[in-house]
Parts: sequence; structure tokens; C-alpha cells
Amino acid sequence: MGSRFARGAALAVVLAGVCGGAGLAKDKKDNSPAVIAARDFDKNPYPSTYRAYPGVPTALIGATVFDGEGNRIERGTLLLIDGKVSAVGGPDLPVPDGYTRIDATGKFVTPGIIDIHSHLGVYPSPAIEANSDGNEATAPTTPEVWAEHSVWPQDPGFSRAMANGGITTLEILPGSANLMGGRSVVLKNVYSRTVQGMKFPGAPYGLKMACGENPKRVYGSKGRMPSTRMGNFAVDRATWIKAREYRAKRDAGKLETRDLAMETLAGVLDGSILVQNHCYRADEMAQVLDMAREFGYHVSAFHHAVEAYKIGDLLKASDTCAAIWSDWWGFKMEAYDGIPENAGLLYKAGACVVIHSDDENGIQRLNQEAAKAQGDARRIGIDIPDAVVIKWLTLNGAKAIGVDKLTGSLVAGKMGDVVLWNGNPLSVYSRPEKVWVDGALMFDSANRKHRAVSDFELGQPGEGDVK
Amino acid sequence: MKRAHLISAAPLALLVAAPAFAQSVAITHAKLVIGDGNGPIDNGTVLIQSGKVVAAGASVAVPAGVRTIDAGGKWVTPGLVVAVTDLGLVDVGAVEESNDSDADKSPFSAALDVSAAINPDDLPIQVSRAGGVTRAAVAPIGTNSIFGGQGAIIDLGADPDAVTVPRAFQYVELGETGARRAGGSRAATYAVLFNALAEAKELTLAPAGPRRDDVLLTRRDAAALIPVVSGKQPLYVHVERASDIRMVLGLKREFPLLQLVIVGAAEGWMVAAELAKSGVPVLATPLTDLPNSFEQLGSTQSNVGRMKAAGVKVSLGDFGDQPRYAPQYAGNLVGLAKVPRASGLTWGQAFAAISSGPAEALGMGERFGSLRPGRAGDVVIWDGDPLEVSSGVTRVFIDGIEQPLSNHQTRLRDRYGSPGEGDLPKAYEW
Repeated sequence: MGSRFARGAALAVVLAGVCGGAGLAKDKKDNSPAVIAARDFDKNPYPSTYRAYPGVPTALIGATVFDGEGNRIERGTLLLIDGKVSAVGGPDLPVPDGYTRIDATGKFVTPGIIDIHSHLGVYPSPAIEANSDGNEATAPTTPEVWAEHSVWPQDPGFSRAMANGGITTLEILPGSANLMGGRSVVLKNVYSRTVQGMKFPGAPYGLKMACGENPKRVYGSKGRMPSTRMGNFAVDRATWIKAREYRAKRDAGKLETRDLAMETLAGVLDGSILVQNHCYRADEMAQVLDMAREFGYHVSAFHHAVEAYKIGDLLKASDTCAAIWSDWWGFKMEAYDGIPENAGLLYKAGACVVIHSDDENGIQRLNQEAAKAQGDARRIGIDIPDAVVIKWLTLNGAKAIGVDKLTGSLVAGKMGDVVLWNGNPLSVYSRPEKVWVDGALMFDSANRKHRAVSDFELGQPGEGDVK
Repeated sequence: MKRAHLISAAPLALLVAAPAFAQSVAITHAKLVIGDGNGPIDNGTVLIQSGKVVAAGASVAVPAGVRTIDAGGKWVTPGLVVAVTDLGLVDVGAVEESNDSDADKSPFSAALDVSAAINPDDLPIQVSRAGGVTRAAVAPIGTNSIFGGQGAIIDLGADPDAVTVPRAFQYVELGETGARRAGGSRAATYAVLFNALAEAKELTLAPAGPRRDDVLLTRRDAAALIPVVSGKQPLYVHVERASDIRMVLGLKREFPLLQLVIVGAAEGWMVAAELAKSGVPVLATPLTDLPNSFEQLGSTQSNVGRMKAAGVKVSLGDFGDQPRYAPQYAGNLVGLAKVPRASGLTWGQAFAAISSGPAEALGMGERFGSLRPGRAGDVVIWDGDPLEVSSGVTRVFIDGIEQPLSNHQTRLRDRYGSPGEGDLPKAYEW
């Protein structure tokens, strides 16, 4: 279990980078107790308690490896030890003694799949009112709420996401009722008694924002602002103005009281909290990019972004990913111009593509969504290699949620988050055979008991069934 | 940037006025799928004359003068049939004015006839057609009653005559949704159902006469249920829970003529033997594997495979609002067959579950859904294995008539082949 120690040490460094340094101003003009309390609070009060489960040194031998960075290795060998990827290579890579050798000939290996838009846990199954905790739809901006305080770690959806979708990392977002919906949380897809036990060590927080129809409908229907798209922007801008003032005061050591909402927004302005912006229409995305420049923050990804293909050039220039479905379309007005070639056209424009789910069923088939997008691109003459398409499900998502140094590709030193597929993952006929998280085997289709069954399902019809 | 294989957007009038010879075509050198549960036939030919399949198989002679399309080894299949859709009722789901799938403020329920609302020009029909869907049942599901109204069977051809069979079936909700609508419990649901069918029976005896003064249904609603109780119109019953399915199968004791079709059936695998024995067709919602409600705690993707193995007449039903996803769902069931302890379908069974199976559940198996002789000339040519997600549709024929596949989506795709604007705004590129 040396891996736990190593992980812990690495973790401390990462967390310091993420949570510290949020402008503890040197020039302390006021050291009254109130000011100190507002300034020197615990930046990580619900820390991750996740620890990698024990693994054994493992060699996957003979598979086609898509490494998540866009490379394809035929008859590849992947070595996992101490929770990490230790080497990836071709058939000539030597396998040291002491490794459990798995013959993966004819099979495929990818990094663990990452879904950066999930509501598992906050809108869990069963989908009943008592469990519906994803939208604090009582005010148009609620950056003070944290998704992790809503996540129900017994959501049966987590197990399906792993068994059928190979999901090892996921970002749980608040819903899109609000312009600023709250903080996201990045999870390892490993059941725990506590949410803290699932939190991805070292992942930065995200801020869920939303533009378009949802906020204006939700609040307009309550007779309050915003009721229009211009209202959306006005409320956003007024809030960012406050956040800038708050941050300036903080940096000057003049805060006298804590403000949870402003702490989140100041984190965005510091660059330590990543903006995940629900937005469908191209014209609105372009305006949001201007708003981000106006206030000095960066949009990490637009989510849904069904019209992203219209502004691939703008997204590329702003280094903003488009986290999209392959072909959802038409269910609401702002999705009317969705086309199945969205990913292909974005790829052609050089923009960052991420395939996301926003759905407890879709998360089980992100690989198929990517394959659909690949096929639709091919039919208009845009040929995208399989290995590059896999990047849409792995490294690109990792980048958009700020964990790309830790996971998302099969590179020595990264987390041992790996899926062994029984066929090409870009085929409808393929399924995960085994899934490792931090080098620990967490799903094995060949072993009836080696699958997670949430508390909720014990004693229920179909407990432990294949799902 | 246009797809080379797309037929040009031929003026609609031309297609509508297509003379009979245009409904004759032979497609040769096909990887041919009949849709009867068997796998593909290499180097097959399908011959369509006067809009109907005359022959399909490995050794089919093409008469002189029939237009011949060489498929060049591509997959050729019957058009897809999706038996639970809202096609033609909805432009944009969340734009209420454009959405006729829901009538929860109507004073009527069983009497509602969706055929009056179907718009053959709506975009979801065009997009579904481009995805290879050629026939569909349109199910009305939203009223303030357990009865949704009368569904229709349509074709997805680019012509004004969408409705093949109006008032093709009645739709009823008997699970959690039905219970809420009936007054709050399943007991209330069955009281409402039994009463409604009894009122229909009474009306059969005296169609124009006076009715009891304690009837609950309007005369029109009761009259609409007469073909249901007399077994002339199938009754789609949406239930998910095993115990609810058993209740539904028991309905035939009270109303022996009922022609039941079960929709949903997430826990069907738990009552597969009874379902098989009943012979009642099931239109299952495929891939449901979450306990999304307390009536589907036993959900598993193996549901369809297990029912099939037990001899249930099961095919795939509801794909949300996107009938074009039918092949992906069917393909998943093929993939599932490789997973240890899971149950799936063979390729042939999976394709039948989205073609002849639903057609048979609709009582239309002799009319369409396969390439057996006498069926409608509904044919799709694909650029790969039709159940594979990366494959796409290249040509579609309905009643032997080649269909336009261009639509709002393809036009946007072509316009935005590159995002930059040129000498004139994008709005001039069309």
C-alpha cells in the first residue's frame, strides 16, 4: 500500500496549488479578529478522504491501446503499479517480474472515461422529488451552493456508468435553472459511504453557469429578474461587479465577514475555480466570451453547445472546450439548430471537443456518442482517427475540469484509471470488460461479485444483476 | 460539402405526383436484410414493383425495364418501424404551442384522435426519415385521464398522406402515471378502467339510447372505447412493474376480447413466462437499467433478451423523442449477448425488433416491416452495418418511392462547413 502514501504526498502538493494562494494579501492593514476570520478561513473544509483501493501490479498485454493523447498502439502493453500507470509501449515493452499478466489480445485499452457533465447523485435514481437536489432554484445566482452537499453517494447510477460506460471520473454539476448554479464537484467513480470518500483528490472546483432559456424561464415565471436574455446578462454582470469589488477588498485585507457566494466567484477570478457554462446558442456563447473578458475570467467549457459548430474559430481562439452530445436536437428552441456534425466541424476548426452526457443513461454510452459523431464527420469528409476520438472522452474532458495532469491519458505517472474493452470502444457491440481506478480493479464483467451494488439496491429485485 | 450520395432535394411535387413506374425499383448486389429475424444475405436483390416488395433474396431476377440500383455490397434493409413515437405531433418539445402530444386540459380523453393533429411536414419526421425510419405509430400519451386517446399508424414519406391507419389503437396508462391521473392509487386506476370499459359495453348495446345518469365518461369517450372492448382496436397498456404486468394479463379474464399490447415492461423479465404464455406483444423500452422509479426497481438491459429467450413476442418500443436511435438500441442488445451473464439478441433478432417485430405488434406485419413479398416497398440503403453507431443512411424508399433526405439539419451542416463569413454574411449561403 505504498501507493496510498505516495498518493497522499502528491495530493498535498496539488491541493496547496488549488486551494491556497487565493490572495492572502501580504499587506495586512487590518488584523482585527473579524477581518482575520473573513480571510484566513479553511479553504478546503470538506476534504477528500478518497484513497485508492489496493491493486496489484498489472500488465495488460496485446491490446490495441488508445492512450487518450491521440495515439494508437497496436499489440500494446500497459503496466500499472502502485496505483499509477508506469509504462505504455508496444509488444517489445518488457513486463517485469511480479506483475499479474492479462492477455488482452484482440481487445482494446483506453484511459478511464471521463464525463464532465453529470448529475448523478444530485438527481439520482429513483428520480423522485425527495431525491431531487440539483437546482437551488430560489434565486438566479447561487454561487454559494456546492453540489457535493447534494450528492447522494448511493445513487445506483454510479455503478452503471462504470459497468457499461467505463466511467472512472465525473464532474457533478448543479442544474441550469440559475445563471450561477453553484460549485461542481469532481468525483472518482468509486462508491463510498461519504461524498468526501468519492471526491477526486486535487481536482479544482468548477462553477456552473447557465445562459439562455432556463434561467429566464425559471425566474421570469416567478415575476422576477431575469425574464429575458438581456436580463440574464445584466444579472450576471452586476454579480461579477460585486465579485470584483469583493476580491479587491480581500486582496487589500479589508474583508470583515465571509460571503460564500463571493468566495466562489473570487475563486473564478483567481483562476482556481473553472467555469462550466451551460449554453446552447452560438450568439450567446460569443457574448459570454466577451463577458468573461470584461471581468477577467476564463470559460473552461461550454456545455451542450449545440451550436458550437457555428463558432469553432471563436472557441479555439479563447481556448474554450465545447462539451456536447453527439446529436441531441430539437427538444427545446435553443436546441433547434443542433446537428450531428457538431463535433466533426469543431474538430475541423481546431477547437477542443468533449463528449458529455448530462444523462444517467447517456453516461453509460459516451463511447457510442463519440462514435456517432465520428461517423457523421466522416460522411462529410472529415476523417478523425479512432485514437483522436477517444481523446474527446478522456484527456479533453480532464483538461476542461482541471485534472489533466493527474488522469485522462495513459502516461507514466498518471493515475491508473483504465478500461479494458471487449472490442473497439467506438463500436456499438463493445463493452467494458474490466475497469481499474487508481490501479485497483473496480469492475470485472467475468466476476459476478466484482461489481458495485449500492445500498439502495440491496434486497431489491435484481440486486447484483447485470445491468 | 454536400454528401455526394444524397439525392438532391427534389421538389416535393415531383415526388407526390410520381407515376406508378417510379414505384418500381430493384436494388442489387446488396448485403440484404429481410427483417424476419435472420441475418443478412450476401449479394442479394430486392425487387419492388408498384410500391410493393415482389421478391427479395439471393436469386431474384430483375425484369427488363425496372430501374436498377447497384448497392455495391452495401447493407440494404427494410425501413425501420418504431411503434411508440410522437412523430408529427411536435415541432419542438418545449415550445408548447408547437406540441400536440399533450392534452391535459381537454374535457375528452379516449375520444382524442391524434390523426387529426399529425403534420407530415414536421421536422422530426424529416429527421427520422433521414435516419431510416419509414413507419411509426403515433401514441397520444398526455391527458388528464388514464386514457391517452387513439393513436395512428403513419408512414414518413415526403407527401401529404402520412396516416396509414387512423384510430389504430387506444393508449392507457396503468402504472404510477395512471394511478396519479386516476385519483392517486392503482386501485383507483383499475376502478376507472373497469368502469370505462363497462360504460363502453353498455353503449354498445344501445349506441343512440339514453345512458345511466351516473356515467363518468362523456359519450364520445365511451364510444371511443367500444372498438377496444369488442377487440377491434388494440389497447396499448403502459406498465413497468412485474405486478402491474400480471394485473394487465388478468384483464382478459374480465374482458376476453381485449387485444393487449404492453408498452414499457421494465420488469418484464420477472414475469417472462406469463407474458410468453399470454402471447401478448411487448414493446419494451430498451436499455433501461436504473431503478428510476419504484415501478422499475428490477430494470436491467437484459430485460429484452430474457423475454425473447422465454418466448415473449418482444420488440423495441420507445426511444424517447428520437426514433432514429432505434438501430443504436438494437445494436446494444447484440453487444450485450457477449457480456457474461447478460442476455441480448442475435443480430437478426435485434434488427427484427425494430422492423417486423413492431409492425406485427401493430397488426401490420403483412403490410410492412420486412422485405417479404407483398410488404410495402420500404427500403433503406446504409453505408455500413445498420446497427453500428458509426453507420449512416444513404438512401430511403417508401412504397418504392425514393425519399428526400435533406432537411434543416443537413442545410445547417452544409452552410457551416467552415464557420467564417465570406464576402457576404452566412445568411446568403443557401
